[in-house]
Amino acid sequence: MNLEEYKGVYVFAQQVDNEVSSIAFELLGKAKDLAKDLNTEVTAVLIGSGIKGLADQLAEYGADKVIVVDDPELKDYRTEPYAHALASVINKYKPEIMLVGATAIGRDLGPRVSARVATGLTADCTVLEIGDFPLQPTPGQEQLHNQLLMTRPAFGGNTIATIACPYNRPQMATVRAGVMQKITPIKGAKANVEEFNPGFTPDNKYVEILDIVKSVAETVDIMDAKILVSGGRGVGSPENFKILEDLAEVLGGTVSCSRAVVDSGWKPKDLQVGQTGKTVRPNVYFAIGISGAIQHVAGMEESDIIVAINKDADAPIFDVADYGVVGDLNKIVPKLTEALKAEIAAAKG
Amino acid sequence: MKIVVCVKQVPDTAGGVKFNPDGTLDRGAMLTIMNPDDKAGLEAALRLKDQYGAEVTVVTMGLPKAEEVLREAMAMGADKGVLVTDRVLGGADTWATSTTLAGAIRNLDYDLIITGRQAIDGDTAQVGPQISEHLDIPVISYAQDIKIEGDSVVVERQYEDRYHVVKAKMPCLITALSELNEPRYMTPGGIFDAYKQEITVWGRADLKDVDDANLGLKGSPTKIAKASDKVRKGAGEKVSLDPDESVSYIVDKLKIKHVI
Repeated sequence: MNLEEYKGVYVFAQQVDNEVSSIAFELLGKAKDLAKDLNTEVTAVLIGSGIKGLADQLAEYGADKVIVVDDPELKDYRTEPYAHALASVINKYKPEIMLVGATAIGRDLGPRVSARVATGLTADCTVLEIGDFPLQPTPGQEQLHNQLLMTRPAFGGNTIATIACPYNRPQMATVRAGVMQKITPIKGAKANVEEFNPGFTPDNKYVEILDIVKSVAETVDIMDAKILVSGGRGVGSPENFKILEDLAEVLGGTVSCSRAVVDSGWKPKDLQVGQTGKTVRPNVYFAIGISGAIQHVAGMEESDIIVAINKDADAPIFDVADYGVVGDLNKIVPKLTEALKAEIAAAKG
Repeated sequence: MKIVVCVKQVPDTAGGVKFNPDGTLDRGAMLTIMNPDDKAGLEAALRLKDQYGAEVTVVTMGLPKAEEVLREAMAMGADKGVLVTDRVLGGADTWATSTTLAGAIRNLDYDLIITGRQAIDGDTAQVGPQISEHLDIPVISYAQDIKIEGDSVVVERQYEDRYHVVKAKMPCLITALSELNEPRYMTPGGIFDAYKQEITVWGRADLKDVDDANLGLKGSPTKIAKASDKVRKGAGEKVSLDPDESVSYIVDKLKIKHVI
């Protein structure tokens, strides 16, 4: 493998139902930073059926070039035709970096493709930067420059590792949604659009989709919320989430929850914060009746301000909370809602 | 039907993560368990065995101590256990791990391979799909339901806002979510039998069609540049007040921070 041949920062621009997923724009934002450091271009790889029209949107979010693989076999996500499409793009265009969202699609596509093109893949990265490997000059080992350094949590967020892929290309990473920043779209921006079709011949690896069952769409994605009022098992019952909803409404926020709440069937999985749910970083995160298991904390600790209310003074949530209140949520939350209502009304004068 | 289930022995985080006084993780103080998603995968295999009749072989890669999870799996009802262990396999990333497991599985007959979606120590979710690629068979990740229809599997494949009902011809690899089922307990008789049975132990030489260049630390494309236990931002304030004072406290803080 001649590593020098591999150029450019590529992003898998995930789309579902011919709508670009937010993660694609986030990856483009990061790719732009990396490309600047490497003095190279950002390319989006758009895979689907009837999706050419989405290329301009990718340009507005930072793609210099868009490679479109458009084929009827790619209508709904299936591992094999998508892996064939992306691996073929990699083999033909030879990117030095390939970023994929750590979504339910990306975490299936990424490993399959990385194994096919025989390179490394680092999962669920939270920081990506260009630097040296080894980080410090090491006797007897050549220090390589302009490497992609991929930082990721492991062990439920308890450890953190920075990983490089120095001798294989592309350097591949999946990135969690909600971690990287999109750029402000540049209206009217155009990318150089190139169509590429490697040919799709169904084989044993092409599975058949018998049915697609969509869950009822939640009105607000908790990852976009500025204020989250999050409840745990301590809330006591699904009905009692009403007091959290009232608080959220006063602040223009959204209700989210811990895994225990989803496991109990009180709230849908879309609202779950944590390692097996979503990573959120709102301006204010209220953790109400949440003990703060490490897996939960991993999904919310980057919030700007964390307010915790819990009756157990030893709950681990207090270890990450900026403002911890030991007490009965049933007594505090409704009063807090009323007090905030009064404050906001007074401020409006 | 022959089913291979891949399992991993992992440190237990659910039983309480233990920290050293300096805030780093105290690994020695933590117990090991069968990885939860893998256990769900094993349970799924055992249910298929109950329903359709199947031979279930559990495979693990790890230190000799990882034999414990094979015994546990056999006590739950698995028929055979294979431990893949060799010094040269250590330090493997997901590429080298999947290469190793594929090399072991090539020695076995299988219609279905089930792995957990991800392990709670690495959380990568990569090894299952990578094994399927090495073996050139279809993969269905994130399974929340598995049925057999003739020579095919019909699986509910979970996504963020939907699921697909997907049909694939066997042989096929499925990665299981822990939501898939509630794993059964070991039975006393099962435990007794499990400890009487032979476990197959394979080393490097037993792996089929694999190149040394793709094994262990050396054969791993990804290299760790730096690893550390995460330094968490410290605790802030903690107050114990009556409800009205608690409310004033929070309101004041939100004002100071210009939230309201």
